Parts: sequence; structure tokens; C-alpha cells
Amino acid sequence: MGSRALGIALWLLVAAVVLVAYLFVPRLISDFHSRELAGAGVFFIAIVGLNLLTGYTGQISLGHGALMAVGGYTTAALVVHEHWRDVWTIPLAGIAAGIVGFVIGLPALRLSGLYLALATFAFAIAIPSLLKKFSGLTGGGQGLRLLEDAPLQVTGLSGTVTVFGHSMTQNHFLYYLTWGLGLVGFVIAWLVVRGGAGRTFRAVRDSEVAAASAGVDLAWTKTLAFALSGVYAGVAGALLAIQVEIVNPLSFTFLLSILLLVGAVVGGLGSLGGMIVGALFVQYLPQLSTHVSTAQGVPDFVFGAAIIAVMLLLPTGVGGLLRRLARPLTTRLYLRP
Amino acid sequence: MILAFDWTQLAQQVVIGLASGGVWATLAVALVLIYRSTGVINFAQGEMAMFSTFIAWSLVEHGLSYWAAFLLTVAISFAGGVAVERAVIRPVERAPTLTVVIVTLGLFFVVNGAARWIWSPETRSLPNAFSTRPIAVGGVAFSISDLGTIAVSLAAVGLLWLFFRYTKLGLASRAAAVNPDASRLVGVRVSWMLALGWGLAAAMGAVSGMLTAPALASFDQNLMQPVLLYAFAGAVLGGLGSPLGAVVGSLLLGVLINLIGTYVNWVGTDLRLPVALAVILGVLLVRPAGLFGRPLETRV
Amino acid sequence: MPEPLLELEDVTARYGPVTALHGLSLHVDEGEAVAVLGANGAGKTTTLRAVSGIVRRAGRITFAGRSIARSSPEATARAGIAHVPEGRGTLTDLTVGENLRLGAYTRRERASVREDEQRVLSYFPRLAERRQQRAGTLSGGEQQMLALARALMLRPRLLLLDEPSLGLAPLVVAEIFRIVRELNEREGLAVLVVEQNAALALDVSARAYVLEVGRVAVEGESTKLREDEAVRRSYLGY
Repeated sequence: MGSRALGIALWLLVAAVVLVAYLFVPRLISDFHSRELAGAGVFFIAIVGLNLLTGYTGQISLGHGALMAVGGYTTAALVVHEHWRDVWTIPLAGIAAGIVGFVIGLPALRLSGLYLALATFAFAIAIPSLLKKFSGLTGGGQGLRLLEDAPLQVTGLSGTVTVFGHSMTQNHFLYYLTWGLGLVGFVIAWLVVRGGAGRTFRAVRDSEVAAASAGVDLAWTKTLAFALSGVYAGVAGALLAIQVEIVNPLSFTFLLSILLLVGAVVGGLGSLGGMIVGALFVQYLPQLSTHVSTAQGVPDFVFGAAIIAVMLLLPTGVGGLLRRLARPLTTRLYLRP
Repeated sequence: MILAFDWTQLAQQVVIGLASGGVWATLAVALVLIYRSTGVINFAQGEMAMFSTFIAWSLVEHGLSYWAAFLLTVAISFAGGVAVERAVIRPVERAPTLTVVIVTLGLFFVVNGAARWIWSPETRSLPNAFSTRPIAVGGVAFSISDLGTIAVSLAAVGLLWLFFRYTKLGLASRAAAVNPDASRLVGVRVSWMLALGWGLAAAMGAVSGMLTAPALASFDQNLMQPVLLYAFAGAVLGGLGSPLGAVVGSLLLGVLINLIGTYVNWVGTDLRLPVALAVILGVLLVRPAGLFGRPLETRV
Repeated sequence: MPEPLLELEDVTARYGPVTALHGLSLHVDEGEAVAVLGANGAGKTTTLRAVSGIVRRAGRITFAGRSIARSSPEATARAGIAHVPEGRGTLTDLTVGENLRLGAYTRRERASVREDEQRVLSYFPRLAERRQQRAGTLSGGEQQMLALARALMLRPRLLLLDEPSLGLAPLVVAEIFRIVRELNEREGLAVLVVEQNAALALDVSARAYVLEVGRVAVEGESTKLREDEAVRRSYLGY
């Protein structure tokens, strides 16, 4: 048997394990915990998208929380104002955030590094005030309430949801929906990274000058990466809106952008597999911190200390660790004569 | 649009803008000090400044005068900055830039959490550093407090400049920032120079915090978050690599924001920062390295 | 026989997975000028880096009777080794005067530093005229002179020179080597110079080593190496 076939078999095995885990995890945990896991799925999708941009193209974004806001508000506005069924708004939310991502990617044509970070930062800071300003569409400081204003469009409000003949609780539905989209997004990201576009992205990250002289259209590549990453953030934002059934300016603060970046770096930039750890990290750590003590400030202190500790122990994130662990295995599989 | 233009009001608003810009400038210089030597924006700089301000508040509560507390806090903050660098930054000295950035984000939560843990979250206030009387200059009334704030921030920045320009240690830390390898070969302990930079940055931040707090009726642990945003914007406007640029950028930003807030009604208070950031972006699109920065060398 | 000033014994050095020195041994006596020759990639620059501690190394390295095998670049500089690196390492943002002051960073006595500055500048009159100028505005030759002058401000016992002729006009190179010879002969400064230009290096040095893939292939007195037809053809290429 060729080592190539062995490699493929290994990948199929991993895929099967992931699929089985996806299908059966809700049976092992409580209803409430599936909802929390669905929350982690939102982070997962946004972080995979951010990783495409930051990990593979080297563009730092401090504004991905704002792109999630675009997605979340698109969903909420369509549901509340246009009476769309909530789940069908997801594609449109992705497209809307993708377009906005493309537009904020435009300064990337001229700016690089921290200056681009400032541009995205400006966007993240501006979004809450803009949302309040255009209150006709966004409901101002109150935000939009899916549950109160358009209860008929909220999937699973009656208690159960029936998908392909299986009926399940709303929380299980949210879990399957979020992680289902998460897995699809992951596979797409994986294909992008493996393919020609991924090679171009990495070339831009490693050296803009060298990439340009090899014929890579820098401007196009960067804005494309921004747009693609925006689609992920938009879908994540839409799912967040569907899960919490309300959007307001406080749902998408600068802190959210920061959490996404922390998740991506903890997961390991340039590694897609690590993103799942990054997502669980930012979803669960703030909660776990409150177990240490609920005294004022202590949870934040613990959360920050955990971030620092992870960075000191794993400077390249979980992904870097996985790569190091996997190397002997893959070397053995591929290099044995 | 504006029928009778009021020059007195313009002069007053410019001075008010310079006073806030001066406070931002001290924090912006702190950001630049660390950026220049490590290529990293320290997201915890504002929180460290807030922590310093709370130390000053405690000292005042224990009976020290504002200015005695001021000087003591600057010294404590310097030591604290050095200690933070040794404890959490030095271990990631050779890690990717973004790793260091995330460490400073972690530091943000740690310092903020610690401050709320140590000092209860109720609001408090610092005594006024300056007389609240107005003073007339050429027929226009200015607040002494604004003028004093401008003077103190410029003095702090000036002292720092003298240190870098005229002392051996200052020379060595400049050298270590621009060319660490060559500096090592003449015996400069580069790693300690980074710690020195963190110490000085923390001290500058302390000045910034202690000038921000008395101007407010009350303050809490979120004191420095907006200041950090403005300082970051000012530093980028001036060109991140240049301390002088950071000062000029912050002063310009202070005046700009204050004038926009005063004369463009549509903007109001909420949109001041976004509008200012948009202006900066416009500047950056024309001059990608900021007003004073030299274009970065691109390595192939 | 007196103990050598600098001694390397069985030194290895690596850049990541690539080994650049495979057990190299050499020595420099007090006041002696020694040249290290060899093709590109033979390990010449790495030899100097191993001495000053820029590259990770293993083996025995002693300087003035003390081991420096584990010393950092800062520490070797403080011990009295001045390294003028490849590409000069001038601090282009600082002025010429500041570069010189920085050279004396490890020294405490102000008066003698000021004296030294006068003495060093007497070797390089062109730098004296440009003290207030930013080093980045100097020509390549002037920058090389500044790097040399800055190294002297350390009051070193040993000078490590990496390719001082690189990219410079022949006249400037001749001037620099004249000064190096003068420092060696008049002030008794020990010099370890790495050079592509073998003729020049053999001219200024008393002894020389020829490296080949990280080891010493040939060593001997410079005058003899210069006349040795076989060495000249196979190693020095002229």
C-alpha cells in the first residue's frame, strides 16, 4: 500500500470521527450545554474566517466583531422588518458582511500592518455609535428583538424542531445548525487554503514584495481575503442573532473583536484545526473564571492570566503544538521508503 | 452656516483641544516607546496608566498632596513597568509579533481585573491639580487647569526627550531599539533596554492618567480606555515610529476632535471618535507612514 | 611560550539545523594580526560570530585566560572584544558623534573616553568633520571607518573585522587596511580579520588560516602562504 493511500485513509478516519462526534455529542450532554456549545460554534465560524485573513494572509483585523454586527443586524432586520424565517436570512447575512468586508479591505490596498489594524479598529469603534444613529433600521440603543417583534419567524419557538423527520429541541437544533455550518465553513476554508488561493494568501503573508514580483495581485488578494473572511463573520453574526434572539449595539463591542483575535492566536494562526480549541477557549474560559471567585475583577484577572499563560507556554498557539506533534507521524507516513 | 464667527470661542476651543491632546500625547509617547523597540502596540498601556492613577488616588487618600502623590506614582509606575516586562514580555521576546500583542491583551484583562479587585468599583475623584479659576490672556479667558495640563504633559515629554538625547543610557536605549544586534556588540544589554522602555512607558502613562482623572468629576476603572484609543490614533497619525510625531499627532487630534464636536452639530459626542478616525484614515491613505514616519523598509 | 590571547578549540556552530563550523581550532596571540581566509560559505563570518557569541556554539573558547564559550555578545564586548560585523552595523539613525559615544558604552571614566575620542578621530579626520551628521548620510567607506572607530572606542584588546573591504572602492580599502596595520603595529592591538581579498589580508597579517567547509584546511605564516603556489591556486584563487 502506498503511503499516499495511507494518508488519505487517515484523513477519512479523522473526517468520520468528526462527523460521528458532531452527530452524537448532543446525546451525551444536557440541553442547556448544547446551547452553550452552539455559542462556541459561533466563535468557531468567526475565528476560522479571521484565521483565513490573519493567519494565512497576515492582515490583522481588530474589527471582526463589527463584521459580525453586520451579519447579526442583517438577520434581525430581515426577520423583524421583512418577516423572513430566521434561518433563511443566514446566506444574505453572510453576503452583506462579505461586501462590507470587501469595502473595509479596500484601504488594505495602500495600508499594511498596524495601519490596517487601525482601519479595522476604527470600524469596530464606529459600529456601535452608527447602530444607534440609524435607529429606524436598527432600533437604536434598544436593538431589535426577534422574539417580541416577529415570534412567528423564530425557529423552534414551539419547543421542537423537525429536521429530516427527526424532531429535536430548539437547543439541539441550534447546536446542529451552528456546528453544521461550522463544519461546512471549515471544509471550504480547508479547500481554499489547500488550493491556489491559499498559496497566494500565504505568499502575501510571507513577503508582499516577493509575492508581487511573482505576479500576485496584492490588492485583489487582500481584499478577497477580507471579503471571504467577512462572509464567515456575517454567518457567525447571523447565528448569534438567531441564538440570543436579540441584537443591540452592546452585542458587538470592541471586546468581541478582541475575543476573536485571542481565539485565533490561541488556536494557532495558520492552523485550521486549532481553531476549535480557540473557539472553546473564548467561549468557556470567561465562565470558568467565575468559578475561581465571583469577587469584583477576579474573573477578568483569571481570564487575562490564562491568555498570558497560554501564550507563554504555546507561543504559536495550539496549532503550533499540533503541528509539532503531528510532524513525526506525517514524516513517518510519507517518508518511509 | 456660521454667521458671526466668534474668534474668542475658537481660541478657547483650541486650548481645550490642546489640553486633551497633551494628555493623549503622553500616553501616545508611551505606545511609541514600546512600538519602536518591539513592533508591538501595548494594548494594556491604558490599563497600566489607570492602575497608576488608582495608586495615586490611594496615596492622596493617605494624606499626600496631589503633587507628592504624582511624583511618587511616577516612580512606582516606572518600577512596575520594568517588572511587567521582565515577568511576561521577556519570555515571548522571540515569539511572533502577534503572540506578543495577545499577551498585552491578556495583560489588559489582568490589570483591569486587579484594579477592580483591589479598589472597589464605586466611582471616586482626585483633587484638582490646578486652580479652577480662569485666566485672561489677551482678552480671552482660558482655564488655568487646561493651560497647566498642557504644560505638565509637554514637560513630561520634554524630560523624556532630554533623557534620550543627552544621557548615555538614553543613547543606548535608542540604539537598542533601532539596531539591537549592533548594540549588543558594543556591550549594550538590549534585553534590559526593553525593560527600561517599558518602565518609561509606564511612567509616561501614569502622568497621562493623573492628568486625566482630576479633570473629571469622578472616575472608575474604565478611566483610560477612551484615552488609549485617542492616543493610539494620535500616534498613528504622527507615524508610529516617531515620538515627536506622536506628540504632534495627538495635539492635532485633540484640536481636531474638539473643533468637530463644537462646530459640526451633526457629529455630537457619540460620533467624535469615529469621525476623527475617518480623518486619520484619509491622512494615512495619502501618507501611509503617518505625518512624521519614514516609510518602512520592506524586506524581501 | 605565553598563553594566546584568544583560543578556539574544536568549536562547532550551527544556524538552526545547518552546521557552519565543524570543530574549528585557531588562536590569536597578544598583539598579533591574524587573517581568516576561504571561499564563500567556508565559515569565516561564523568564526567571528562564534567568538563574540552572536551564534550558538559549542567547544572551548578562551579569551585572556577566561572561558567565553557561553558568553553573550554583550559580555564578550565587556570582556574587551570589539566586533565590526559584516555590513558594518553602523547605527544609521544616530549621528557620527553618538555612534562613537555608544562605542564607549561599557566604559565609565569620562575623561579618558573624551581623550580616546580625539585619538581615534585623529586616525579618521574625515569623521571628525562629520560629527554632527547622521551616520546614514555617510558614504560606504566613511561608514566602514565609523564602524572601525566605534569599535576602537571600546578600548578593545582584540578587534574582530568582518570583510572590511566589502563593496568599497580600492582606494578606500587601501586606506582602511593601512589604518588597521597601524593600529596593530603602533598600538599593539590584536586583530582577527576575515577577508575575501586574500592578498590584502595576507599583507596586513602575520599568520593566516584558510577555512574549508567549517574546518581549518591550511594554516601558516602569511608570508609563506602568499608564496606557496599550491595553496594559492587551490584555496585563494589568484
